[in-house]
Amino acid sequence: MAQRKPFRWHIAVFLAPAVLVYTAIMIVPLIGTLNLSLFNLTEAGERVFVGLRNFATLFGDPRWSESFWNALANNGWFFLVHMLVQNPVGVMLAALLSSPRLRMAAFYRTAIFIPTILSFVIVGFVWKLILSPIWGIAPGMLDAVGLKALFAPWLGREEYALTTLALISVWQFVGIPMMLIYAALLSIPDEVIEAAEMDGVTGWSQFRKIKLPLILPSIGIISILTFVGNFNAFDLIYVSQGALAGPNFSTDILGTFLYRTFFGFQLQLGDPHMGATIATAMFGIILVGVCVYLFAIQTRLRRYQF
Amino acid sequence: MTGTFRLALLASTVLGGAAAAQDVTLTIESWRNDDLQIWQDTIIPAFEAANPGIKVDFAPSAPAEYNAVLNSKLDAGSAGDLITCRPFEASLELFSKGRIADLSDLAAMANFPDVAKSAWQTDDGAATFCVPMASVIHGFMYNKTAFDELGLTPPKTVDEFYAVLDRIKEDETYIPMAMGAADQWEAATMGYQNIGPTYWKGEEGRKALIDGSQKLTDEPWVEPFRQLAKWRDYLGDGFEAQTYPDSQNLFTLGRAAIYPTGSWEIGVFGPQIAGAFEMGAFPPPVAAEGDTCYISDHTDIAMGMNAGTEHPEEARKFLEWVGSAEFATLYANALPGFFSLNATAVEMQDPLAQEFVSWRETCEPTIRSTYQILSRGTPNLENETWNASANVITGAETPEEAAARLQQGLASWYEPQK
Repeated sequence: MAQRKPFRWHIAVFLAPAVLVYTAIMIVPLIGTLNLSLFNLTEAGERVFVGLRNFATLFGDPRWSESFWNALANNGWFFLVHMLVQNPVGVMLAALLSSPRLRMAAFYRTAIFIPTILSFVIVGFVWKLILSPIWGIAPGMLDAVGLKALFAPWLGREEYALTTLALISVWQFVGIPMMLIYAALLSIPDEVIEAAEMDGVTGWSQFRKIKLPLILPSIGIISILTFVGNFNAFDLIYVSQGALAGPNFSTDILGTFLYRTFFGFQLQLGDPHMGATIATAMFGIILVGVCVYLFAIQTRLRRYQF
Repeated sequence: MTGTFRLALLASTVLGGAAAAQDVTLTIESWRNDDLQIWQDTIIPAFEAANPGIKVDFAPSAPAEYNAVLNSKLDAGSAGDLITCRPFEASLELFSKGRIADLSDLAAMANFPDVAKSAWQTDDGAATFCVPMASVIHGFMYNKTAFDELGLTPPKTVDEFYAVLDRIKEDETYIPMAMGAADQWEAATMGYQNIGPTYWKGEEGRKALIDGSQKLTDEPWVEPFRQLAKWRDYLGDGFEAQTYPDSQNLFTLGRAAIYPTGSWEIGVFGPQIAGAFEMGAFPPPVAAEGDTCYISDHTDIAMGMNAGTEHPEEARKFLEWVGSAEFATLYANALPGFFSLNATAVEMQDPLAQEFVSWRETCEPTIRSTYQILSRGTPNLENETWNASANVITGAETPEEAAARLQQGLASWYEPQK
């Protein structure tokens, strides 16, 4: 007769610290925020349950919904620039770095990675100074090569500001995809590469046909990290353009919209309930994005075991 | 010998401790962290010398965080005894929530004219909850040295104003006007609220907007935007990305000739310029010679009492002193550019501050049009005005479009404007 397995207490004991900490600092505040979005104040200032009415205001009232869709569209563009510039450039840099003939690879690797460890405040401030039409070095440098006509006060023009900020963010974070892809490239066994070479697959076609499929899972992870990071972004815009995300809200993303609503701004008093509503919408957007990735993309990625 | 000495030491400690315990310490909450030294070195010692037994501690926080920090401190019951009051809504809300006390019966209140108290009163004027401290006046500062070089005199009328700007622009030595659109509030506060009262006739227009008899799409409210749109040609290269500190620096480094601003800069600019050139100031120009001029004399700062303070007696004593002529003189001279609201005239040493305050005699004063009542709802008229003013200056919106948008936003929640 088989003896009933005793309950394995050690599992619960070892999991407990992480579960407790995670619950206390992540899950409870998250549920608190979701809960807060279901309440609002009456005229008399009492807090009452309003169901989904805050969401109806956010999506139904033209003033709120206009700001919301504007922020979401800007956020989408911000993400797109990262996907189109940051990640391909990151992959390219990693491919160059992993080339055995490259000299001073460690130096390049470090130099490109350094901006990533800088604070947003420093990055925002430095770039604002570089691009400043009054004190900046950008107009002078363009002038030196006879391209002064190309200079515009980029951060002050509605049509360029958001793209400029997205590229600044790309400059700061390009080191992360580079490092992850670099690590993935290094982990490709030499036998695979040698076999490819025996078959006459070298150079560009070797990268495309052999290496790229092997690093696709890493690219997937980077994409999802970029997505989550971009839709939670706030710091860079706040530091360089302020909470009003000027000019004319052209750099307003969900993070700055949430900040203005939740904490208030200048004479506008903060509205925690509408703020929580926006936060919940952001949470929803990120959740949907991550789910799409997990179920639609990641399950189809082929993995290779060596 | 040593024993006696020890005993004496011990006794003095005990007695000293007892004496200190009788001292009441009042803490002041404020957003004016720039003024910390002035409070500690000048204002507080003057009060403490006259009122033994009361110690005062000035504990400011960062301006941008002040409202949020104060609210949470008051909610938690850890706020100081004395609260520096923002004008209108922010303080009114604290009062209606019972966080700050009613001070209507303070004797010093008699020292202030009604308009000075209006920023810290209930809508019906029945209760006043903060002692007015100072106002700031808008106007234009100019580089006197540059004006002398070019043979210019401060303009009185709008036409003269543009003639002066044209002349500076032609000469190309100086940027005619230092203003940027990046921070938005420059355009609204130092542009729209600076020249606006001339067109909407100060208090008359402001009150008409509140009671609904004028709309933001009416001529007096659109014309200031048209003027701002004209300013575009006189601003420096890349003004779209120019921030408030950029503008300040352009003027103090002597690169820009005219700076639309407020009196609060006087104390900051003086030491920065350090005699490199002479500063002057002129009030917003009028349409035709001899017209009444209007200035924005904005009630900006006051002091109230935490309703939950443990030392109401002493706090009231301090507030009575804040309302006195003695405090007014001390404060106005320590912080040139922050003008006392006290009915008693205050002697000021700073010539530029004297210039600004002299306009009170010739011009009609008013306060910023968006502050009272009109910024109570969502969308917030003040914040919308920032955006609209910056858009008009950069040309993203026409003056008429901007005005129509502001009116639509205000009418969406403000009953008299519906």
